[in-house]
Amino acid sequence: MRERADVVVIGAGPAGIAAACGAAPVRRVVMLDGAPGTGGQIWRHRTRATLGRTARRWLARLDRSGVEFRGGVSVTEVGRGRIGWTSRRGHGVIDAETIVLATGAREHYLPFPGWTLPGVMGVGGLQAFIKNGMSVSGLRIVLAGSGPLLLPVAAACVEAGAEVVCIVEQAPARQLVRFGAGLWRHPWKIVEAARYRLQSLNVPLYTGSWVQQVTSSAGQLVVERAASGDVERIRCDILAAGFGLVPNTELAQLAGCAVEDGRVRVNERQETSVPGILAAGETTGIAGADAALVEGRIAGSMAAGRAASEELPLARRAGQQQFAAALQRDFALRRELLSLASPETIICRCEDVRRSALDASWDARHAKLMTRAGMGPCQGRVCAPAMAALFGWDFPAVRLPALPASVAALCDHCATITHVEAGA
Amino acid sequence: MAEPIVILVDGVPYEAEPGQTVAAVLLSQRRWQFGCSPAGRPRGPLCGMGTCFECAVAIDGIPNVRACLEPVRNGMQVVTGA
Repeated sequence: MRERADVVVIGAGPAGIAAACGAAPVRRVVMLDGAPGTGGQIWRHRTRATLGRTARRWLARLDRSGVEFRGGVSVTEVGRGRIGWTSRRGHGVIDAETIVLATGAREHYLPFPGWTLPGVMGVGGLQAFIKNGMSVSGLRIVLAGSGPLLLPVAAACVEAGAEVVCIVEQAPARQLVRFGAGLWRHPWKIVEAARYRLQSLNVPLYTGSWVQQVTSSAGQLVVERAASGDVERIRCDILAAGFGLVPNTELAQLAGCAVEDGRVRVNERQETSVPGILAAGETTGIAGADAALVEGRIAGSMAAGRAASEELPLARRAGQQQFAAALQRDFALRRELLSLASPETIICRCEDVRRSALDASWDARHAKLMTRAGMGPCQGRVCAPAMAALFGWDFPAVRLPALPASVAALCDHCATITHVEAGA
Repeated sequence: MAEPIVILVDGVPYEAEPGQTVAAVLLSQRRWQFGCSPAGRPRGPLCGMGTCFECAVAIDGIPNVRACLEPVRNGMQVVTGA
């Protein structure tokens, strides 16, 4: 299937929604997302009643905007003015004047012995499952890792009837305090509120502590929590572990957009280095939903052919950058975490590649060629950031298709590309 | 009242609510394992957002469908690799 749209927005989170709404009055806008519904990660919902006012307002605006939303769609390729997609219902190519990359971020995982056991999942992962209707009532849950997400997710688990055994934050207490006292008020407010709730519920928060191993025994997980020489064993049903967020830059890389420090490089008009391709939200750097909305609005104005005049993004941008810097500084990963993976620990989950198999490699590309690390269905989205942390390797280049696609989809897609290029 | 939704997971019927994903239904039943790694080790969902593919199952005969992105439909047949 081949079609035309004026603007294609990839990603239906705050940045994508704001961009699509901004462009829709004057352009035909198609918005694609891998999830069945709109909202992205932060506004993920089953019913809108569970969302805050800002989210409900934007979703209502999207309803009225005339934007054509298509969920359950995997984008397999982005090039200049062209998007390849596949879904359970079919596949196709959209030619677009303007492309807005609002692909958001994913969770950063660090391998430790036992992290591939069923019942071990991400912190954002657990939050997403709960939002999608997973019942956690009566479950014993340990939340571990690092970052401001731990506390709100713990609070959500408690509210849903789970027993949060403890929260294990690797950053030392003094850094958390520094983060809390930071300049960026809004995201911290959420964390602060969660902290008060958890305090009143007596959920222990261990700082400067980490999970060094997890095993399974009699249908439960046994978590080993380490802190300055001591080890505590904790039985639980679920261990959620995550170490912050990683911008999703794969499609931008595929399109040839400049990516620096793991973020898509944009100017103050949200333009990437490739003409006709804009980027907004977490893909340009982790800064939260408020910043994503601002960037999305600017991208929407640009896509509509208006200059982005109404917003003055500079102050906000400075705030974002401070927030991102504070995140990096105050939740910096401690060295102990990088030596948790034993030679037997799986690093690439898709291809079952152990740490010992990677010892002979010097970069991600070599590792990929020799061991298949990063060549499975997730295309390195999980292991590349882990290998970057463990070995200091840059992410390998992104290859087409960016996500698994059927051979039929690839053949059709390649025929289209050849046709386009032959005709050009 | 919405119609009750029943999905079959490896032939076993489970009740589901509208808007739930297949992954959420299985996890609510305390099924942590959805499949196996290439070497045959048990695996379950990790990311919840379509990134990791650890929740891939077969749905209505279509293999490698991410259970975390798939809303339930009445009569859906889910086959795990567990």
